[in-house]
Amino acid sequence: MSHQLKGQGEEGGGGTRGRARSGSLGTGDRSRRSPSMKRPHRAEKAPVPRRAQPGQKERAGSPGSGSPRRKQAERRGRRELLGDRERGSAEKTCRGRRKDGRASLREQRAPSKKEKEVRRKEEMWKQLKKHRSSSMASSTSSGESLSEEELARILEQVEDKKKLIASMRSKPWPMARKLAELREAQEFVEKYEGALGKGKGKRLYAYRMLMAKKWVKFKRDFHNFKTQCIPWEMKIKDIESHFGSSVASYFIFLRWMYGVNLVLFGLIFGLVIIPEVLMGMPYGSIPRKTVPRAEEEKAMDFSVLWDFEGYMKYSALFYGYYNNQRTIGWLRYRLPMAYFMVGVSVFGYSLMIVIRSMASNNQGSTSEGESDNFTFSFKMFTSWDYLIGNSETADNKYASITTSFKESIVDEQESNKEENVHLTRFLRVLANFLIICCLCGSGYLIYFVVKRSQEFSKMQNVSWYERNEVEIVMSLLGMFCPPLFETIAALENYHPRIGLKWQLGRIFALFLGNLYTFLLALMDDIQLKLSNEETIKNITHWTLFHYYNSSGWNESVPRPPLHPADVPRGSCWETAVGIEFMRLTVSDMLVTYITILLGDFLRACFVRFMNYCWCWDLEAGFPSYAEFDISGNVLGLIFNQGMIWMGSFYAPGLVGINVLRLLTSMYFQCWAVMSSNVPHERVFKASRSNNFYMGLLLLVLFLSLLPVAYTIMSLPPSFDCGPFSGKNRMYDVIQETVENDFPTFLGKIFAFLANPGLIIPAILLMFLAIYYLNSVSKSLSRANAQLRKKIQALHEVEKSHKSVKGRATARDSEDTDKNNSKNDTQLTKEGTAHHSASQSLTLDQKAQGPGASSSAGKTVLPASQHLPVSRAPGVRPDSGQARPQAHPWRSTSGKRAWRPPH
Amino acid sequence: MGNKQTVFTHEQLEAYQDCTFFTRKEIMRLFYRYQDLAPQLVPLDYTSCPDVKVPYELIGSMPELKDNPFRQRIAQVFSEDGDGHMTLDNFLDMFSVMSEMAPRDLKAYYAFKIYDFNNDDYICAWDLEQTVTKLTRGELSTEEVSLICEKVLDEADGDHDGRLSLEDFQNMILRAPDFLSTFHICI
Repeated sequence: MSHQLKGQGEEGGGGTRGRARSGSLGTGDRSRRSPSMKRPHRAEKAPVPRRAQPGQKERAGSPGSGSPRRKQAERRGRRELLGDRERGSAEKTCRGRRKDGRASLREQRAPSKKEKEVRRKEEMWKQLKKHRSSSMASSTSSGESLSEEELARILEQVEDKKKLIASMRSKPWPMARKLAELREAQEFVEKYEGALGKGKGKRLYAYRMLMAKKWVKFKRDFHNFKTQCIPWEMKIKDIESHFGSSVASYFIFLRWMYGVNLVLFGLIFGLVIIPEVLMGMPYGSIPRKTVPRAEEEKAMDFSVLWDFEGYMKYSALFYGYYNNQRTIGWLRYRLPMAYFMVGVSVFGYSLMIVIRSMASNNQGSTSEGESDNFTFSFKMFTSWDYLIGNSETADNKYASITTSFKESIVDEQESNKEENVHLTRFLRVLANFLIICCLCGSGYLIYFVVKRSQEFSKMQNVSWYERNEVEIVMSLLGMFCPPLFETIAALENYHPRIGLKWQLGRIFALFLGNLYTFLLALMDDIQLKLSNEETIKNITHWTLFHYYNSSGWNESVPRPPLHPADVPRGSCWETAVGIEFMRLTVSDMLVTYITILLGDFLRACFVRFMNYCWCWDLEAGFPSYAEFDISGNVLGLIFNQGMIWMGSFYAPGLVGINVLRLLTSMYFQCWAVMSSNVPHERVFKASRSNNFYMGLLLLVLFLSLLPVAYTIMSLPPSFDCGPFSGKNRMYDVIQETVENDFPTFLGKIFAFLANPGLIIPAILLMFLAIYYLNSVSKSLSRANAQLRKKIQALHEVEKSHKSVKGRATARDSEDTDKNNSKNDTQLTKEGTAHHSASQSLTLDQKAQGPGASSSAGKTVLPASQHLPVSRAPGVRPDSGQARPQAHPWRSTSGKRAWRPPH
Repeated sequence: MGNKQTVFTHEQLEAYQDCTFFTRKEIMRLFYRYQDLAPQLVPLDYTSCPDVKVPYELIGSMPELKDNPFRQRIAQVFSEDGDGHMTLDNFLDMFSVMSEMAPRDLKAYYAFKIYDFNNDDYICAWDLEQTVTKLTRGELSTEEVSLICEKVLDEADGDHDGRLSLEDFQNMILRAPDFLSTFHICI
């Protein structure tokens, strides 16, 4: 409608301005196309018209009809220079005005027109140049300077074309046009890029171009290859298109986790396990590498192996298997040192990669603060996930969009309404109380069970249940507490998004509590074992002593050494811890898979097939299909990773098992999701919560770092197992290496660096640096916000200009149309808009100071110009304010046509 | 690689790669998808650029589009004369804009066109009502719909002229956190 109106305004001619505008619009385009009008342009742009003439004269023979006119134009060239300049300015203004109405649309078209024009000129130049190169070979001096200049220009053009080619795919044109433009640009570039290198190393230039082309091709191929190499990309895409991006985010997270674990596995496997297997002492050579006599007959039973006892326990998978020999094999590989360093670097690498990915996630979301202003708009224009290609998902999405709209309407309406605050507060306190009770109860239960399991471990012939009580109880807690929390959380009546965060936090607390209770119980166990160690050490000593010194043996024949299986040995708490984590991981994995199988797959089968012979609709009614539990799965993954981090120091094989677990769960869960789950009713945004998950992961990483660091720094290692046996503390291995293998001065330097007198100032310095950087970033962000505000203000001013101008043209046509009262509201709105604009302008003026005030003053003028126009219909007769501002309009610009006829 | 395919010339493929965000393989796959839609209509030889259009009914029934409430608009926007019948070029264009690699500006431009139901280069209240009705399958009452439209105009209409211009729309959509992830069809 408005478009038509405007068109009428332009063509119907509401005064001189309208006419001038329509004229320039029409002819401006045509003039560039028609050859007769093109001449002057060329003449203007070519440095000196006279120089261009020889070529022109030569050409005059070949082209037919247009030539006489052209000659005329040539002759008039100089005179027309002046006129041309005028026309140029006219065109400029016309272009500027065209921008007003539909700015960006035109803008996108405008460059192409310019390009076409330019291209046409280029062709002419090129022909000119050809002629010149043949005819003006003798008069070199002037010709060269000209050609250089032209060359520079052509170079520029070629660069432009190349840019155009590179950005062709992001132009909003239909394909046919893109193809045509591309062809033209490519032809142009091909024609000229050879000419560019003229004079100096044309071949080199051609070669370079060839290489550039090859390079582009290579890059494209490499990109193709790279996308093919991303594992499970198609699977995840498939899930994404069926379930939306939020479920896919879990799988992307899983894939990321798999990558991290692969790196950790490579580290541990390559630097610890393989050297030990290849170069270490073989199985059965020393007591720590041999199954003790008492366990020997059962050591190969599956039930024993399944519990990581027997041969499993005495293998390279666990800490206790490693020998404390300083170097092994012909490589003189320092295994204890490597073991320690790998343990440290596992944490170092994990920390680094988590923080890096958090930072890169953060960089993506810079404008998060502004999103609150556009809740409805975002819901309207970005809520539909175009990836959805499944009618069930689509149905759910429709429902969720509807509900989210309703929700925000309710929010909007009730934002100022206050409900019964006391009741909700009471309920929230009650809910939190209940949940804290649950958490404490579960914590105590785990502690109790762990204590009991220690008693069981001392007893003989315990049942399977008693052996696995801890794992079973923890898994059951993990299964039943989250739904319980969800039920309790219904009391709180939070907004679902906030409720979800609370839920995540509570499950996190539950898992964390369980984990730490488990750890504390383990610590108790370790202390017990450590206190027993001294006596065992004595027993071992005495046994060996008696064995070699016992009477009744022939003194002359040296007695064969005691078989390693018979040597009494300590409990080796490190291996016990490793076994505990190993079991926990495996049972966790099994529980997850069984839950998926029973809870998702069997339920889906039941619902699907029993629906034919059931009294009510199973699919729509009570059991229905399961949803994919994103938060639970992600938290499970995070905590599993925490276990891995904690356990990998004591069980190097744990990471290998985890890699297997992640691999299988990738396939298994992909299958389960696609086969037996339905998409969510309430899809929460993957982009935001991703960093939330990363934050949780970082927290878990830190928390799992603590116990490991504690055991390394303050517990003595077992005396008869592991790479650090015989040392006072595990980290002594570093000191030993420094003393024995490094030159003495390096040792001195290390000792100096380890001095608390140096470490404390260093830590202080770091804190200061953090403080400084933090304050710098704060001030920068403040400046950023201020600049953004300023930009916004400017933007608004500009917009109000445009709208006022656009309204003015609309008004022109409305006068002819004798329009209705509909624009009353528009006009009043506009008045307010202008008011705010001028306000912000004055603010700007103040802010920018005297230097910028003149330009600001200039911008004020046009705004005030249109004020009387908008006021004209007399909807708001408060003209006392408008009149003084109307003067500059009258005095500065004589466009009377703008004035509405009273 | 070998030149197994004879659908396009090498130059055509290169040109398509320059004009879209697709690799050669993806272009071939898209072509076969296109060809599958109407096997009797679309020739297996595009070297001579035949003028073939697949009717909207077939385009709209693609699994990627069939559940999209805006499928008709999408097809109309990308088709040459606005009737939803698409040539291969239009088809490639459409999926190129909808691909993951397309920049925000390009997507925003086409999103604006899609939501501009009456093609007047402004998203007016009527367009907004259409959008809401399509998004919710008409399950909201008229008061709710009008309230939503009012709110949207309130939020996004920078120049207070009662409708969203392309600039307003871009200004709003460029801040949307998940516009890029949702305005995207993978094929």
